[in-house]
Amino acid sequence: MTPDLILFLALALLAVATAVAMLASRSAVYSALFLVLNLVTVAILYLLLNAAFIAMVQVTVYAGAIMVLFLFVIMLLGSQQAAVGPDLPWQRTVSLVLGAALVALMGYVLLAGSRGTLLTATALLEGFGSPQSVGRVLFSEYMVPFEAVSTLLLAAMVGAIVLTRDERTEGR
Amino acid sequence: MQFSEAAVNGWFGLVPLIIAFPVAGLLVNLVLGRRLGERFTGFVASAAVALAFGVAVLQGLALLEHPEGARVLVADWITIGELSVPWAIQVDTLSVTMMLMVTGVSTLIHIYAAGYMHDDVRFQGDPGRYTRFFIFFNLFVAAMMILISGDSFLTLFVGWEGVGLCSYLLIGFWYEKGKDGIGNALAGKKAFVANRIGDFGFLIAMFLAYTNFHSLTFETVFEHAEAAGPEAGLAVTLITLFLLLGATGKSAQIPLFVWLPDAMAGPTPVSALIHAATMVTAGVYMITRTHVLFHLAPVSSSVVALVGAATAFFAATIAVGQFDIKKVLAYSTISQLGFMVAAVGMGAHVAGMFHLVTHAFFKALLFLGSGSVILGVEHGHHAATHGHGDAHGGHFDPQDMRNMGGMGTRMKATFTVYLIGALALAGIPPLAGFFSKDEILLEAQHTNLPVYVLLTAAAFLTAFYMGRQVFMVFFGKPRSTAAAHAKENPPLIVLPLVALAALSLLGGALNLPGLHTLGHWLEHTLGAEKAPEFSWLVAGVSTALALAAITLAWRIYGRRPLAENQPDPIAAPLGGLFQALNQKWWVDEFYEWLVLRRYVRLSAWLAHQVDTIFWHNWFHDSVLAAGFRRGTRWLAEGFDLPVIDGASAALARWVTDIGGGLRRMQSGYVRNYAVYVLAGVVLMLSFFLVRSLS
Amino acid sequence: MNIPTNYVVALSAVLFTLGVVGVLIRRNAIIAFMSVELMLNAANLAFIAFARAQQQVSGHVFVFFVIAVAAAEVAVGLALIVTIFKAKHSIDVDQVSSLKG
Repeated sequence: MTPDLILFLALALLAVATAVAMLASRSAVYSALFLVLNLVTVAILYLLLNAAFIAMVQVTVYAGAIMVLFLFVIMLLGSQQAAVGPDLPWQRTVSLVLGAALVALMGYVLLAGSRGTLLTATALLEGFGSPQSVGRVLFSEYMVPFEAVSTLLLAAMVGAIVLTRDERTEGR
Repeated sequence: MQFSEAAVNGWFGLVPLIIAFPVAGLLVNLVLGRRLGERFTGFVASAAVALAFGVAVLQGLALLEHPEGARVLVADWITIGELSVPWAIQVDTLSVTMMLMVTGVSTLIHIYAAGYMHDDVRFQGDPGRYTRFFIFFNLFVAAMMILISGDSFLTLFVGWEGVGLCSYLLIGFWYEKGKDGIGNALAGKKAFVANRIGDFGFLIAMFLAYTNFHSLTFETVFEHAEAAGPEAGLAVTLITLFLLLGATGKSAQIPLFVWLPDAMAGPTPVSALIHAATMVTAGVYMITRTHVLFHLAPVSSSVVALVGAATAFFAATIAVGQFDIKKVLAYSTISQLGFMVAAVGMGAHVAGMFHLVTHAFFKALLFLGSGSVILGVEHGHHAATHGHGDAHGGHFDPQDMRNMGGMGTRMKATFTVYLIGALALAGIPPLAGFFSKDEILLEAQHTNLPVYVLLTAAAFLTAFYMGRQVFMVFFGKPRSTAAAHAKENPPLIVLPLVALAALSLLGGALNLPGLHTLGHWLEHTLGAEKAPEFSWLVAGVSTALALAAITLAWRIYGRRPLAENQPDPIAAPLGGLFQALNQKWWVDEFYEWLVLRRYVRLSAWLAHQVDTIFWHNWFHDSVLAAGFRRGTRWLAEGFDLPVIDGASAALARWVTDIGGGLRRMQSGYVRNYAVYVLAGVVLMLSFFLVRSLS
Repeated sequence: MNIPTNYVVALSAVLFTLGVVGVLIRRNAIIAFMSVELMLNAANLAFIAFARAQQQVSGHVFVFFVIAVAAAEVAVGLALIVTIFKAKHSIDVDQVSSLKG
């Protein structure tokens, strides 16, 4: 039990716990907040895994912008209690069984055999995962996809506006 | 025959033109004739044949240089297995003789027809058929050239059938005319059917020749037949007898001669060209062409001689009792063909060919002359009845000699040439007929006495009926208004007659006794034939008999000419015999009774018993229809419904059931679909895991 | 931090499965949507882990793209939810079943 492993296990436990709590919460607002916690936990893991830039993006974009959007919609719709009538038959049971099977399968594959490469900080290149290094790759090798993503975001923006537009108030 | 390269490349190479010219003529007329009018049509048709005559003359000149002739290959025609029939043209003295005669006479008759048909189509009331006539005429010449020039049985047969077709077409040229409006068509049919019986014989002969000698080319067949020797005797006899059957059909010999008199239904130039001068001699030519086989079959040869002689006599007797000017000539033609057939049967091919050629001259002359007379009478008839309001009212036969009389003064030119033709036919020296007939009689006297007797009797009758005809037609007083108004025809019609008359006068020079020009000429093809020495006895007897017959005819018909509506003077003394002659010995009726009625009865019986009752009522209804119904019912109920329908119904049911089951999966709930996706993921992962573990 | 890559990937697998289960069992469209975000997040974690194991910055770039696409997706997705809510006055995903066969 190295300190690294203890730290990892603690963070992993926190992440799983917040995820479960998100699923289990009756209120959508709680769910959203637990998700924020989860995202932040994962951001810390990113940081520990030498992905400082992504960790920052995670916190600002995910935990910040996206989750604010979620909360905003939850507040807008005002329907935290969505369930009406009985659930689909067998849905919950089958889902849980299949989920367990999935975890079991993946866990067996990942943990029964080799442990994979030991992630050692010493072997890393200088500045790996820094905004500098990520930015250099992003704006050289992945220039075209980057621009495509910007177009995608524009399209999403237009789409969101078109979808939520109220036609009855049109033209006023 | 040796192929002579130089000869083939020389004049002989032109010989296909002899077929090509008439074909070209008929094609031009077919396309343009109707548009460019009668003058053009007549000119093209005559010119085409005249050019063919020119080619024939060139061939004759070339043969003087190379008497061995040549075989000119036109095309590879049939090659099936070991059967190979090229279309080759045989140029030798025999075929060129025929070519010269046919194209020469054809040219004259074409020119004559150009004038004759001009009037004929108007009398018959359909001027549009002028062009058609010349198309048929040129087609005939082309077919005749194929017949003559063929070097194999099959090519000869093509021409043989071709001329038969043209004969049929031209006999029925006025197909809507004649007795009951169908008589001409029936005459054409009769000719065709009688010829078919002959063709059947020819075909059988051809098959026999092929099975026995493995070839259809004359030369090869002859070589094989000669090489086979006595072993092939039976086969050769059969072949020759069947060839004789073919010849009796085409050359109108007993028993198939009945079609020729009826064939006079065709326009007169047709009678002259096809049914007197050329086509009907094809049988004689064919026997001459296959003389090698007939030499090998003495039995057949004597049968041929007897058939010819019997026909010669039999037809001559009938000719005595006829009143139709063309019917007399038709029976005369049959009789003269009998002379030729008898000659070739006795092996006197040169004599046969000689008579063939001279006969073509004077018989064409006589027919054309009779046509001239008929046309004159038609003119007279029209002139006489014009203004009476019934131009065609009442029955008037312009061909009946009883309606004529005194034509000699009205149609002087026609009379003169007709007289020459008649004397030539009667065998009065020194006209052509005398020499050729005399040679046949001479041969008969040497080899076959019964034939000699028959032929001499026929010669006597020939002179008598020709005298009778001439006296009835040209002497005395007109016995009808039409005859009284008859007038001479234009030069276009008369000039060919003059040419033919000249040929009839001088044709005997072809083969004068002692010189034997034609004999030496044909020697190259037929081999040396020892012609009997000229006999004053034979010549004297035949001449005396001919003169006696003419005198007799004068005493009966000339001294006291027939008056209007007077019966034939010989009818009374001969009594029933004349009736028999006039009714052609009832041969047609006999055939009708012997063959036709039985055939009709057999057909009716077959139609009723076999076809209606057996085939239709029993076999069709009880066997075919019922069996078919039973079979289809079994197929429908035993196979279609359970197997085919069942299979498709089951397939449809499965699809419905499976679809119904799957339908429940389409719940519309997106979470259900997600479960399916997850289940798929789990399954796939399990699969890969299990695979990697095993 | 010195831990085996597999551990990190296993955590990612667990988070992913939790996301899947969330999508399957929650009827609230917004929570189902958040579960999808959880799945994306789990995938990102695996990316980061492999990027470090392979020493490839490309993994980080991909995570960046995923986050950008997620942002677009959330914008459109939430707009859709709003539209559906306007039409049905509910955000229960089971209410949207017009594709039922």
